[in-house]
Amino acid sequence: MAAGVATWLPFARAAAVGWLPLAKKTMPKPPVDKKSRNDEILFVNVSGLRFQTWKNTLDRYPDTLLGSSEKEFFYNEDTQEYFFDRDPEMFRHILNFYRTGKLHYPRQECIQAFDEELAFYGIVPDIIGDCCMEEYRDRKKENQERLAEDTEAENATDTPLPPHSTSRERLWRAFENPHTSTMALVFYYVTGFFIAVSVIANVVETVPCRPPKGSKKDLPCGEKYTLAFFCMDTACVLIFTFEYLMRLFAAPSRCKFMRSVMSVIDVVAIMPYYIGLVMPENEDVSGAFVTLRVFRVFRIFKFSRHSQGLRILGYTLKSCASELGFLLFSLTMAIIIFATVMFYAEKGTKGTNFTSIPASFWYTIVTMTTLGYGDMVPNTIAGKIFGSICSLSGVLVIALPVPVIVSNFSRIYHQNQRADKMRAQQKVRLARIRLAKKGTTNAFLQYKEEGGFQGRGSDNALCLKNRSSFEHQHHHLLHCLEKTTNHEFTDELTFSEMCMTESVGYRTSRSTSISSQQGVATSCCPRRAKRRAIRLANSTVSVSRGSVQELDTLQVHKTSAGPQSRSSLNARTEDLKLNCEDRDFTAAIISIPTPPANTPDESLPPSPAIPGILRNSRPTSFTHETVKISSL
Amino acid sequence: MGVVLGTLSMHTKQVNFRTDKVDDELEMTMVCHRPEGLEQLEAQTNFTKQELQVLYRGFKNECPSGVVNEETFKHIYAQFFPHGDASTYAHYLFNAFDTRNNGSIKFEDFVMGLSTLLRGTVREKLEWTFHLYDINRDGFINKEEMTEIVRAIYDMMGKYTYPALKGDVPKQHVDAFFEKMDKNKDGVVTLEEFVLACQEDENMMRSMQLFENVM
Repeated sequence: MAAGVATWLPFARAAAVGWLPLAKKTMPKPPVDKKSRNDEILFVNVSGLRFQTWKNTLDRYPDTLLGSSEKEFFYNEDTQEYFFDRDPEMFRHILNFYRTGKLHYPRQECIQAFDEELAFYGIVPDIIGDCCMEEYRDRKKENQERLAEDTEAENATDTPLPPHSTSRERLWRAFENPHTSTMALVFYYVTGFFIAVSVIANVVETVPCRPPKGSKKDLPCGEKYTLAFFCMDTACVLIFTFEYLMRLFAAPSRCKFMRSVMSVIDVVAIMPYYIGLVMPENEDVSGAFVTLRVFRVFRIFKFSRHSQGLRILGYTLKSCASELGFLLFSLTMAIIIFATVMFYAEKGTKGTNFTSIPASFWYTIVTMTTLGYGDMVPNTIAGKIFGSICSLSGVLVIALPVPVIVSNFSRIYHQNQRADKMRAQQKVRLARIRLAKKGTTNAFLQYKEEGGFQGRGSDNALCLKNRSSFEHQHHHLLHCLEKTTNHEFTDELTFSEMCMTESVGYRTSRSTSISSQQGVATSCCPRRAKRRAIRLANSTVSVSRGSVQELDTLQVHKTSAGPQSRSSLNARTEDLKLNCEDRDFTAAIISIPTPPANTPDESLPPSPAIPGILRNSRPTSFTHETVKISSL
Repeated sequence: MGVVLGTLSMHTKQVNFRTDKVDDELEMTMVCHRPEGLEQLEAQTNFTKQELQVLYRGFKNECPSGVVNEETFKHIYAQFFPHGDASTYAHYLFNAFDTRNNGSIKFEDFVMGLSTLLRGTVREKLEWTFHLYDINRDGFINKEEMTEIVRAIYDMMGKYTYPALKGDVPKQHVDAFFEKMDKNKDGVVTLEEFVLACQEDENMMRSMQLFENVM
């Protein structure tokens, strides 16, 4: 448990007074705290470093901690000094602010640590001096982006669906994340394949094929096999239309979806076909129709849904819009200037190519980008001089914005790489949290087993000597809760054992009617069948089971962060039940355990009289136990 | 003294790099609160100066901004009850401490509450408990409110308990409670009925004294 939480423990214990009227039993005696509270003060300053300053210096900024009466709370009478248990290195900067009136940001410190110190001392980061403001803002932005990725990764799309999602939400999810279900993945690959087919068909269509019999001229394949290409085109367009309509249907916000780039690309990709169908075979219009076919090449952009790299590229270009704009603008300026100059320089030459200024644009562009086709060359000396200046300046103008674009791209690309690493780290972190949670829950139960409540007799002293006073008080608090509700905390194993003994008793007294599915046992042991497996399993299984349980507890914690109304209370308990049902349990009776023939998920026929097939027995696949499930 | 409003505002949610508006949103609003002087607090509560100092240091360390909002409170409280789900009860507890009903607990509220609970008279403690149970602050505890509180308490126990929680144990608990407390059987418990009934309960009076040396 976090050390900071220890400060809240007295508060939590005091709040236990609220349980007293409800308590069914008397409260246990609290542990006696021998340590006097005042001893926790260390007789050092800001963690050992002594600072001295005038009082007036501090009074300059009365709206900060050091400038107001708040510092009295940190005054130590014995040593006649103010003691702060904070970073002494950082404090130096804080104090300098009071002295000089300017707050500087130390570059070697972590931005978050610095922010926390500022928050503690009540100083607003706005007043960071101009000398350090840029650095501060940059680092802060970087940090925030990194944190945003963290939270994005957490809320990421890999989280399991909420149980009450409609088919529409599920469909949308399947479209956005093909990895969630096999159907989505299949659809994803099929559309990818058809995009490729369509693009290749467009390309091959124009390749010259062998001419048909009786004709000398080479025909493009498109005209030779018109029907085949038409059929392929139709099929592709049908698939794309279907996909587009599905996405439109599933989209949570249709207007927003229709405005999004990908949807526009989709529409542009399929429109030419329909327009072509609609338009008559008219001579005049067919010219325009041919132009429309060009738009079919946009289908290749549909690949960006399938390729992360394309998306990154597109996003980079979008985010570098200002740099690209600058590049374009400066190039345009230079082109116009040089074209004008070249035109007037070459005006005198006979038979010159530089017939007008717009004609010179071509020369300028080709020269500035160092292409140098050679179809237009200056003849006069002045023209050659200006031509060379043009090519030199072209190199410079183009080279300038490019590094910015490149660095943007690399930053975004690395961010994406980091996102994957984050996800892996997240799993490790979650596992560690689970382990810590298990530790605390087990500590209390162990405490009870060791008879800690018998008071600190000398015979118990040996067992209890390793616990801190914090732990004692915490366990006392949990014990009070037990007494209030007249129920005790147990762990999973004992709980499952108890449930089993009860259920065996039930079997003999009740009939197996399916209608009473919502039997009492659901609330008691919704995972009873699973629990049984644990008993006969090795410890490794219980660990994996434990992790599932922890995950569920975690899930419950997560979902219960919502508004605390009565309905949500009930919803939460239902969530718990639903979690069980997600794993395809219903109430179960356990028949006499017989040696298993095969794993549960293979052996049970899904007959209506035997509902509740153990489907998630994957982690326990080696703990065979025939679980004949019927309902209470 | 009094509330000081920081001027740096930050919207943490908007650091979505897709929109890349981080530059504009580098501002952060930080509500900073400073408690009244030590002397005043000492006068208003039953704590000594040293105790107040210790309390404040802990409080300030955890919440440098000087206020605790409900989310933080729930998080802290949940750490003490890892078995079950403490968020509902923490919500009611938060409301009981948040006497000014503005969604955050300042140090004064914190200390006043603690003073009542740890150093108050029996009557004060019972009144505090009554206010905890009376969710809508109408002066009466009815069955629904009690059921919610009791359910919240049972939620903290989690799933793995002995004996196992089945049936509607909270409801039975509530019925038993009303049996004891509701003298005139009108379906609600008033403050007077509550205080009377508690004072008659020997066990409870004894338990109350146990909590005095928590600090």
